Amino acid sequence: MADFIFWVIWALIVASAALVAFGNNLIHSVFALMGTFLGVAGIYIFLNADFLAVTQIVVYVGGILVLLVFGIMLTNQISTARISQSSVQKVLGLVVVLGVAAIILTAVLPHDWVGSTLPMEFTDTVTGIGNLLFTDYLILFEIASVLLLGALIGAATLARKEL
Amino acid sequence: MDHLSSYLVLSAILFSLGLYTVVTRRNAVAILMGVELILNAANINFVAFSKFVTHNLDGHLMSVFIIMLAAAEAAVALAIVLNLYNDRGHINVDEANALKQ
Repeated sequence: MADFIFWVIWALIVASAALVAFGNNLIHSVFALMGTFLGVAGIYIFLNADFLAVTQIVVYVGGILVLLVFGIMLTNQISTARISQSSVQKVLGLVVVLGVAAIILTAVLPHDWVGSTLPMEFTDTVTGIGNLLFTDYLILFEIASVLLLGALIGAATLARKEL
Repeated sequence: MDHLSSYLVLSAILFSLGLYTVVTRRNAVAILMGVELILNAANINFVAFSKFVTHNLDGHLMSVFIIMLAAAEAAVALAIVLNLYNDRGHINVDEANALKQ
């Protein structure tokens, strides 16, 4: 049963990401992106990453997706009911992307990463992440806080009418 | 679901679709969506390797920082996109070439 659910989520991610990449309507693409984000949260649950799954839903679906919808609504005439989008150089792009995908897969798949070790079944990642965040990763954590402050001030300054 | 390769293939597909979105879309917001797809692909790899190969939480920490970076990047990028729209009336990146002229 868990196997079946895993492959359903797997297919959901691929299908919705394909709609993001190939869809003609910007609004449809944003809603497909929500499917991708929720699917990735499901994949995190299969990987025993409980904290990351919740963070994914809160930050991506609750934050970034809303920002993207705001971006679309503020940069299009809402009265034109269909917000279409176009692509350029589709064939060339497809060739390049398929080449990159082939390179990635041929580089990654033949290698035996796992060996004979069993996968680690994390039971509670929140405690471990919290401990690491305030010991080994403390500098990175402080840099991240400064970066977020910079992004907050920068975005607020840039978005004002008069610069 | 118990094999690393199923996650690696998923991540490669997600990355390729994100890359295709970035290189072919003209709309700046759509390009931003492609960037988010690429970052999600990287996150899946980090967490999968954390479970199957390294057996510690370092990959999770990297994913937390990537998610944080994605949020900051989306906020700043949308502010830039709004300025582009105020300036030109559209957000097609292939026509935003004022520095070239």
